[in-house]
Amino acid sequence: MGMLFSANAQWVLFSALILGMASGMIGCLAYWKRQSLMSDALSHAALPGVVIGFSVIGSKNMPVMIAGAAISALLGALMIQWIRSSSRIKEDTAMGMILSVFFGFGIMMLTIVNRSAGGNQSGLDSFIFGQAASMVRKDVYTMLALAVIVILVVFLAFKEWKLFLFDPDFARGLGLSRRLMDGIYLAVLVMVIVIGIQAVGVILMAALLIIPAVSARYWTHSFTWMVILSAIFGGGAGMVGTLISTMGVGWPTGPFIVLASSVLFVFSLVFGKEKGLWTKAMQIRLQRRELRDAVIEASTAKGRQRGGEVG
Amino acid sequence: MSYTGWILLTSSLVGLSCGLIGVFLILRRMAMMADAISHTVLLGIVTAFLVTKELSGVHMLIGAVLAGLLTAVLVQWFHARGVQQEAAIGVVFTSLFAIGVILIATQVGNAHLDIQHALMGEITFVPWNVIELPWIGEFPEATFILLVVLAVVLLVILFFYKEWKITSFDPGLAASIGIPVVFMHYLFMSLVSVTTVAAFDAVGAIMVVAMLITPAASAYLWTDRLSMMLFLSSSFGVVSAIVGYLIAVWLDTSISGSMAFATGLVFLFSFLCSPKHGLLSRYIRPEPMSDSH
Repeated sequence: MGMLFSANAQWVLFSALILGMASGMIGCLAYWKRQSLMSDALSHAALPGVVIGFSVIGSKNMPVMIAGAAISALLGALMIQWIRSSSRIKEDTAMGMILSVFFGFGIMMLTIVNRSAGGNQSGLDSFIFGQAASMVRKDVYTMLALAVIVILVVFLAFKEWKLFLFDPDFARGLGLSRRLMDGIYLAVLVMVIVIGIQAVGVILMAALLIIPAVSARYWTHSFTWMVILSAIFGGGAGMVGTLISTMGVGWPTGPFIVLASSVLFVFSLVFGKEKGLWTKAMQIRLQRRELRDAVIEASTAKGRQRGGEVG
Repeated sequence: MSYTGWILLTSSLVGLSCGLIGVFLILRRMAMMADAISHTVLLGIVTAFLVTKELSGVHMLIGAVLAGLLTAVLVQWFHARGVQQEAAIGVVFTSLFAIGVILIATQVGNAHLDIQHALMGEITFVPWNVIELPWIGEFPEATFILLVVLAVVLLVILFFYKEWKITSFDPGLAASIGIPVVFMHYLFMSLVSVTTVAAFDAVGAIMVVAMLITPAASAYLWTDRLSMMLFLSSSFGVVSAIVGYLIAVWLDTSISGSMAFATGLVFLFSFLCSPKHGLLSRYIRPEPMSDSH
């Protein structure tokens, strides 16, 4: 708990917040592109790039490792696209293959690097489950800068994103290049994934993109509000998860962040304003009661009327 | 049998059983469901360990089947309530997996379970964990479990062969002629979980996805016959296991990682060179005449 109040810890917490916000926002785009699991495939596919980036430089250097992760995740995305378009293999199968084969290759490289001198202190293992506490100030700055870029990209082109997601034909009619938007989308998706890897780890990074977006869906029908809520949920989960993980020695950050967002999800699932289970049940009960009252009222009125006729 | 012999036998068994199951995963478009189940199986194993306080094969199998079924049921449940299928899978498996990892990292951390092992497998230790079998003598436990699971998978596939075929290719027809489609679905999910947990010791949670999906996808590029696809897929599984082991010995690296990599090599070869659906054959073979008219 002592480290909680150190300056470094505050920076780490702050970056977890920004990271959660950025991934919550990008998660909404992925949700409506129906590509939630693509983020899972790409984050696994980033592992070999991280390890190769490390072994080229020979020490832990954030920008190089991020670049490596981005290249290998993009390569994975292109290969999924290629397999899908030029054979009869379906997209989900292609994603599963790229995910596991790239990850396997990453583990191969990781074992080799860990065996060689200096590998053990590299903290490369922490890329699998995330170890926010292992971040130093410089890493935090890199992460923050990239996350802010991602948030700005979503924010500045908000109208275009909406068109692109919900009415691609109209967007084309207006002269919005689909290819360009697809390219930017993939770029920000990969960017969020690679900056999240150090805090959340390659295995659970996808959760940070998927869960806040799905949770926000239970509260609103408006895309704008969905993005805002999802950013809040993601940022909150990022901070709470990071806080909890600092309470134990060697506790991985990623799983706690994911658990925090799952708790938010269950809460939204039950109490969500639009589709929550409890909310729905209450609405049904209310409607039943209203109906029953109306029926009773109608029948008593009828009875009174009939009584009047007899009398 | 020698040490290498045991390892090769164990990994070939993984390749065989995963290859068989994988065919149906692909035909039923459930590749990502396999990914989900391979993750949540971890929670099943940890829970079984917490309840029984011992790491025995039977308890792990039961825990894994329950966790796998829980995943399938939850995904179905969310999907029925308006969450996209993909997003439902993503929410369910990451949450359950995170709980499993947290349980290991906090409470059970000092026990024999550790995350590295669960994720990457420790096939190098398999030959030393022996159990005493009647008539046969000492036999590695993981290998024995894999043998039993392979037998179960084979029996279930052969026994319901026609039903699997119809439910995989045309679920509507299957339902209309009275095949219990829902039951078959959950039976299949149980088979996936059992296979995953049996392969766990050898290749770990994530690489098992490679063994499940990739050989079957490669086989899908070579043939249109289900029986042939089953045969090819399991052969590819065995070939990848052996090639992966050789690569691992050559580079002195993780065996399970190399096996996953080897499945990728097999797929790459099929993707380029398959006579039916390969990339090269498309350039070499002239366009069918009937299309040009």
